[in-house]
Amino acid sequence: MEKILTQNWSLKDSHTLKVYESTGGYQTLKKLFKMKPDEVIEEVKKSGLRGRGGAGFPTGMKWGFIPKDSSKPKYLCINADESEPGTFKDRYIMELNPHQLIEGAIICCYAIGAKTAYCYIRGEFTAPIQRMEAALQEAYQAGYLGKNIQGSGVDLEIYVHRGAGAYICGEETALLESLEGKRGYPRIKPPFPAIVGLFASPTVINNVETLAALPYILEKGASAYRQWGTEKSPGTKLFSVSGHVKKPGNYEIPLGYPLKKLIYEDCGGMRNGKALKAVIPGGSSVPILTREEAEEVNMDYESLASKGSMLGSGGVIVMDETTCMVKSLLNLAHFYAHESCGQCSPCREGTGWARKILERLEKGEGSTQDLQVLLDIADNMMGKTVCVLSDALAMPIQSFLKRFRGEFEEHIKLGKCPFRN
Amino acid sequence: MPTLTIDDKQITVEPGTLVIEAARKLGVEIPHFCYHPKLTVAGNCRMCLVEVEKFPKPQISCNLVATEGMVVKTQSENAKKWRKNVLEFILVNHPIDCPVCDQAGECKLQNYYLSESVKGSQFEEEKVHKPKRVPLGPQVVLDDERCIMCSRCVRFCDEITKTSELGFIERGDHVELRPFPGKQLNNPYSMNTVDICPVGALTSEDFRFKKRVWFLKSAASICTGCSRACNIQMQSHEGKVYRYLPRQNDSVNECWLCDAGRLSYKEINAENRLLHVEKSNVDLFEMISSDQAIQGIVQALQKLGTENLMAMGNAQSSNENNYALKKFALELNSKASFFFSKKEVPHAGEDDFLIKADKNPNTFGVDQLGFKSPLNPPLIKGGRGDFAPNIVFILGELSESDRKKIFSQEPTLTIVLASHRNETTERADFILPTTTFAEEEGSFTNFEGRVQKFSPGLKPRGQMRPAWSWLKEIAQGLEKKWEVNKPEDFLKEGFGLSYSDLGSFGKII
Repeated sequence: MEKILTQNWSLKDSHTLKVYESTGGYQTLKKLFKMKPDEVIEEVKKSGLRGRGGAGFPTGMKWGFIPKDSSKPKYLCINADESEPGTFKDRYIMELNPHQLIEGAIICCYAIGAKTAYCYIRGEFTAPIQRMEAALQEAYQAGYLGKNIQGSGVDLEIYVHRGAGAYICGEETALLESLEGKRGYPRIKPPFPAIVGLFASPTVINNVETLAALPYILEKGASAYRQWGTEKSPGTKLFSVSGHVKKPGNYEIPLGYPLKKLIYEDCGGMRNGKALKAVIPGGSSVPILTREEAEEVNMDYESLASKGSMLGSGGVIVMDETTCMVKSLLNLAHFYAHESCGQCSPCREGTGWARKILERLEKGEGSTQDLQVLLDIADNMMGKTVCVLSDALAMPIQSFLKRFRGEFEEHIKLGKCPFRN
Repeated sequence: MPTLTIDDKQITVEPGTLVIEAARKLGVEIPHFCYHPKLTVAGNCRMCLVEVEKFPKPQISCNLVATEGMVVKTQSENAKKWRKNVLEFILVNHPIDCPVCDQAGECKLQNYYLSESVKGSQFEEEKVHKPKRVPLGPQVVLDDERCIMCSRCVRFCDEITKTSELGFIERGDHVELRPFPGKQLNNPYSMNTVDICPVGALTSEDFRFKKRVWFLKSAASICTGCSRACNIQMQSHEGKVYRYLPRQNDSVNECWLCDAGRLSYKEINAENRLLHVEKSNVDLFEMISSDQAIQGIVQALQKLGTENLMAMGNAQSSNENNYALKKFALELNSKASFFFSKKEVPHAGEDDFLIKADKNPNTFGVDQLGFKSPLNPPLIKGGRGDFAPNIVFILGELSESDRKKIFSQEPTLTIVLASHRNETTERADFILPTTTFAEEEGSFTNFEGRVQKFSPGLKPRGQMRPAWSWLKEIAQGLEKKWEVNKPEDFLKEGFGLSYSDLGSFGKII
């Protein structure tokens, strides 16, 4: 299979302009500047590329929402605030091939008419930030950024903005608030960022991986991109596999790829001869799958949805039979309670409440009634807040309790965690 | 103009109207905490969730624009359940200390719990503990455990005063309200945050623990702090005013009050209120009866004649009292001189919001009646010259300069109609104790010529009466026939206006 995102990763100094150019990097720009912006949007629509940050929204359609007649400046915000537990793909794109992201950003900005882009990078990503800044400097020097790019008359400035340590700032409107210097609170919608985004101007927020796929689409065409993946989930995707597999890491595979194959072949199977127990297939926010489900499902949007889960950001968390599901859910609840921005009542109070109950359950101090309260909390948070952070805990609560209820009941019955002495 | 249906009732509204406002027009109050019509929409409390046909998810009615054919349900089983559940969340870490909370009785959380929920909590964990009794500034005290993070106070400081003192720190259920480092909530309008706080998180340093709110009775009144004449609810119990709350009048003060005006109620309760009629006797004042006073004044006027009569109106007093004084003086002497005194505050600033430099509620009205200020030409013109008054009727308190000018002329007879004992009353021959605006009915005309009515909140104490009533009695003692019997009659005769002309929001003249 052709690699679209990771083709250069094994090359020495893959992050440098020299290596990127030697593999044909930035060549797409010649073609790009001959196209009309609308033609670019059309090509991306045809490719079927969907946002790789987690929501899977069609990228070309998102660009199409930017008003053509607005007198305001337009902005691209590159969402590089990768913080979803289990997900570690964007950081490697920035570390190992930052120029591909920059080229993708140029394509997007040209299509939507943005002259300024901000790359909002998770603050802890020291190496990716350094690589991005160095790559931007190289791109400016080589005339791929700045005024009159490659004599095309197109201008583009890209700035790196370092986050200050909040998961919620990866939510696109909290990212905008943070970028504007405010507290990272997700905004109520409408208005949507395409109309009122950064500095109240039309804005596209795209994930790193999404943008990195663009040079290929522009160069080879939408149909070439569509030869990978499925009809509704075209192209390739990076999956960050972690947990109890022999070879955890990032894998670029075409969408529709069997999860069983990913785990047992690409990742070398389960560690220490243990059996697979469960998989969270798309980052910590999505519903967990049992072994049976995981071994049947394909890694595309529709197939995962049919199993009651989601593709999300592509963070595949693999758990073997030694894993305590109560402890795992507690771990997630702790994360979401800690990262809830505290804006909406249901999420602010619900995530912390769920964490406290799960702490008791894990210690063996829970009751059957607690399980119902957990489900109530999940139900009462789900779909009732400004952003989906509360859903991101509600879905794990619901799926863990649906698929592994027995384990929760065992904790209650034994009065302790059966996985601990 | 879209027509929508809310709880089976149809209404047509202006384009852009929010569903929560459309519902209000129909008399449907959708429960809410964070929404405030004068602030930007935050949408964070989630209390106003409603069910809308063709919408897959619950919608917050505070950020939902009404559209043609929209069908909204605020009383469906889902909508009721959502509200109940939001309340359960909000109460999870709330201390539920209503019995010792100042907000009890006017608390949205308490009220909604009773109207929307009344269910036991499923919460059995340890609550999050946060700072209590935190002074945010000189006037506002925070109990962070009661705070529901609705951000109304934050938005008020960002959007109304534009002073941005407040923000949230920490995250999740550990969020706390704080002034920014190095800042205090000390803007001139800080106490409005207490009004708009839907719960007992922000309380007034001045009012807290003074009175349970359900004992308070309200009178629609006017703040006398400056010439803006903001509309207020004067709240009192057993003859004592406890606080002012803003009364909404979008043409004057919207729904806000400045802190200085809000605290000016203390004058009404002051220790130096005059309760008795008094007559000067060498160096002392002796108490006399009302009848004795009227008789004494009538006899003195008959004896002295009414040459060189001067009437000092007052911009702190109502149109009605000032007109009564004018009428009285003119009937005694058509050439009487008319001046008025006003409260003068050195370095009184004004802003581009509510606060005016003129600290009098009725300068416009007194001026309109023909009273002049300042005292000019100067009275001191070779000692007891042409302008030296022989008889002076003084309404209220004189400014320092007016007092010096008048009393340096040593008038033969000085009648002071005043509510408070002060340096002016010290020089009186007769002190007639008057009600203030708090104990009488009347009107003020504010800086832009808006005549606004106020109603009494307190009963007069002791021998105090409205100034117009004293003047009428003296006039009758002098065999003048006055057909005016109540404040409105004076307004009609003096200004051609009735109280119904003024309506609830006043009338520009």
